[in-house]
Amino acid sequence: MSETSESAFVEFERVQKSYDGETLVVKDLNLSLPKGEFLTMLGPSGSGKTTCLMMLAGFETATNGDIRLDGKPINNIPPHKRGIGMVFQNYALFPHMSVAENLSFPLEVRKMGKSDREAKIKRALDMVQMGAFGGRRPSQLSGGQQQRVALARALVFEPELVLMDEPLGALDKQLRETLQFEITRLAHSLGITVVYVTHDQTEALTMSDRVAVFEAGRIQQLAPPAELYEKPMNSFVAQFIGENNTLEGVVTAIEAGECTVKLDSGDIISALPVNVSAVGDRTKVSIRPERVEFNPERMRDGTHTLDAEVLEFVYMGDIFRTRLRVAGIDNFIIKTRNAPDQVRLKPGEQIKIGWLPEDCRALDA
Amino acid sequence: MTDASAPENEVMLTSDGRSLKSSLNRALRREKIRALLLIAPLLLFIILTFVAPIVDMLFRSVENEIVGNTLPDTVEVLAEWDPETGELPSERAFEALYADLFLAAEAKQHTRLGSRLNYEQSGISSVFRSSGRSLDDVGELTQDVLEDLDPAWEEASFWYGIMQGTGDPANGLLKSRRDRLAALTTEDMSGDIGFLPGSDISVVLPRTAAAYSDFAIFTAIADEDVVSEEEPWEGVYAAIGLDLQDPALREGILAYDGPGAAQLNAALEAELPVINYREAMIEIDDGWADLSNWEVIKTYSPRYTDGYFLNAIDMRNGADGAEWRPENEQLYLTLFLRTMLMSLAITFSCILLGYPIAWLMANLPARSANLLMILVLLPFWTSLLVRTSAWKVLLQQQGVINDLLVGIGLLDDANRLVMINNATGTIIAMTHILLPFMVLPLYSVLKTIPPSYLRAAKSLGATDWTAFWRVYFPQSVPGIGAGSILVFITAIGYYITPEIVGGTKGVFISNRIAFHISSSLNWGLAAALGAILLTLVLALYWVYDRLVGIDNVKLGG
Ligand SMILES: Nc1ncnc2c1ncn2[C@@H]1O[C@H](COP(=O)(O)OP(=O)(O)OP(=O)(O)O)[C@@H](O)[C@H]1O
Ligand SMILES: [Mg+2]
Repeated sequence: MSETSESAFVEFERVQKSYDGETLVVKDLNLSLPKGEFLTMLGPSGSGKTTCLMMLAGFETATNGDIRLDGKPINNIPPHKRGIGMVFQNYALFPHMSVAENLSFPLEVRKMGKSDREAKIKRALDMVQMGAFGGRRPSQLSGGQQQRVALARALVFEPELVLMDEPLGALDKQLRETLQFEITRLAHSLGITVVYVTHDQTEALTMSDRVAVFEAGRIQQLAPPAELYEKPMNSFVAQFIGENNTLEGVVTAIEAGECTVKLDSGDIISALPVNVSAVGDRTKVSIRPERVEFNPERMRDGTHTLDAEVLEFVYMGDIFRTRLRVAGIDNFIIKTRNAPDQVRLKPGEQIKIGWLPEDCRALDA
Repeated sequence: MTDASAPENEVMLTSDGRSLKSSLNRALRREKIRALLLIAPLLLFIILTFVAPIVDMLFRSVENEIVGNTLPDTVEVLAEWDPETGELPSERAFEALYADLFLAAEAKQHTRLGSRLNYEQSGISSVFRSSGRSLDDVGELTQDVLEDLDPAWEEASFWYGIMQGTGDPANGLLKSRRDRLAALTTEDMSGDIGFLPGSDISVVLPRTAAAYSDFAIFTAIADEDVVSEEEPWEGVYAAIGLDLQDPALREGILAYDGPGAAQLNAALEAELPVINYREAMIEIDDGWADLSNWEVIKTYSPRYTDGYFLNAIDMRNGADGAEWRPENEQLYLTLFLRTMLMSLAITFSCILLGYPIAWLMANLPARSANLLMILVLLPFWTSLLVRTSAWKVLLQQQGVINDLLVGIGLLDDANRLVMINNATGTIIAMTHILLPFMVLPLYSVLKTIPPSYLRAAKSLGATDWTAFWRVYFPQSVPGIGAGSILVFITAIGYYITPEIVGGTKGVFISNRIAFHISSSLNWGLAAALGAILLTLVLALYWVYDRLVGIDNVKLGG
């Protein structure tokens, strides 16, 4: 992933960061994104997302490695000269200034004339539907309104790169969804490059062009959302993104495009070898709940099937969520769509389940 | 608690009428009473130790009862006197002055009045003091003649008999004389004195009855002697002299047939010395011929006076109302101005020194911040006197700093800096002493300003300085405000440090107040100065509220 393509706008190359000189918070980060991309950094708490963002913004210096913006190393450029817009989790709107003054601030420090400023402020506020609130103080706004203003402030001086650190973390679900949509719309219409940090995977999947999954200071996978969900490259990503069933076992045969795994329970299944290299490797096999089939008619011939016992059936409106005991584990989940012809399994029922080998990914143990 | 319940009440009223409101009130009343009981001890303490002394001080600054209490009759007579005429007061005023002064001298109060009036007219206290010594001589003139006439006048019991009389007692007279003496001596004058002035004699010889009653009350209560065994004092002889020579009383004396009537009639016919009290008083002390002394007594005769306040702003009551004191007596306005300016300078240097410290404390990791905090608080653990004296050691001309500067050649030995016993010394020492009062509130405010504001400002393109000045600093203003109020108000009333290191050019108004309280004993002036200081502080507080808004003052997050 360490390609240094010509078109790269933001580039991290072998970046390391340590706060205390003992532990690396960011380990060997390589990342490059082209102009106009919406990249999300997703990962559990403490995985180093904010640290990466702060290094990019200039508030932390990389202990080692290079960060380049538009091809130029920025290690020695102070934050205020980087021209990067930032949106903070706590909004960081200046409490002693009105909304309009907050927006005017970046323009004033750029010595812009009054009439230009006013035009730009108006445009930016209209962009986030806050045109009527210019005279208010931040404390007189709701959380969602404050976040809109923070967004407008980060965009008003027309930066090419905008960084957002969990900007929607403090908002309720509905508002988050509205703002997620607005942010992506704005980012695409303005053509800006966005690096967005979140630990909400839905947010990451719905908003981004690409998602970088962080764990312990390393990027575990960098891919578009669909690929990330459907083709996780390792068991951390598979488990971190979406719901996932995991079965453990040993690879007994491996050939191009398919391998056979002997589960710890003794059952044999076929899977797609992703992260296994040789016969005898231990592996975690991952299957998405919605890719599991239990209707024998729809199973491909020669599919390995497993016996399962229904433990619990949960009606969730649009889908049914059924918990099974399979191969010795009793939290195997399947999800089925609520269609008129859909079978509703009953607890205690004995069924056979199967799946396409390419949906069943043999990952690292 | 009451505040929180107020809006609730309104809501209840609009939605459900009065009954709900009153029942809510009843429910809340118990809590209110409990809350009040909890703060009652503190409230009481504050009223007793804080509010009451201030009220007393304000009262003292205008209170002027001493003139009216010491010279009541004189003041009454002087009311008709117009100093504009350029003539001394009437003979009657001198007579009253003699009687009042005689009593005051017996009660040893005349020097107190002298000192009081000396604040307004220097030199007058010696007039009072010397007069007190010679008043007896005047009475003795009459006494000698009377005693030559009839030895009975020498007998205590004879006097007692005349004055006690046989008819009804004149209780009203005795009561009014008691009140007058009580006012004069500020002591309790009630209690049995074994004497009641006769109502007959008090009509026939009014001055004498009054003077003898004074004598009797004083003898019985202050001296704890038996009235009937003591020969009256000279003032009584002076009074009877006046009574016997008063043509208006002649008829009554002739008609009088009570005890001692024969002796009285004999005395009436005899040639008693005619005493001119004006001349007598002027002979005792020629200060009484000085019109301005009388003017001062008249000006300061009301119970309340603006004299202390005028004095406190370098003015005085002149012939045509308030006027400026002569240049060489002016002092207080300069002192007030200096106190304000120096307090401002101290506040300002506290901000300058305190802001960086508070900023460091708010931004350093907890461990180092705590260490700094201890350093800031360290001065509190040392005695104020020690700290101030330490500055003396450091700043004096042969002191550490001067030695150092001379030692490294920055300064010539001949022109060592004068940094103590002047305004510089006071400002330096007080800045040091008051610094914690600036740092602590400032720190608690700075600590609540999230660092993300500065980061946001920088990400928006502001330089470090712009980010600080336009984003961080405005948010720290409440802390500066709180610190400034604390430091300024403490400084404006500071006393010990300016006293020790201030010399003459660095003392504050409070040093003057202390001087008047403990040395010159001019408490009225001290109170007036204090009241002005208090008003100044309140006025500044008001201005501050107008400019900055007192809501903007934060002592913590
Ligand atoms: N200023 C700092 N000094 C020392 N250690 C720090 C500092 N900031 C962060 N760390 C450490 O670096 C690691 C990564 O922190 P970072 O803030 O980048 O995590 P994150 O991915 O943003 O987590 P979250 O989702 O909780 O915000 C954490 O272990 C954290 O304790
Ligand atoms: Mg973070």
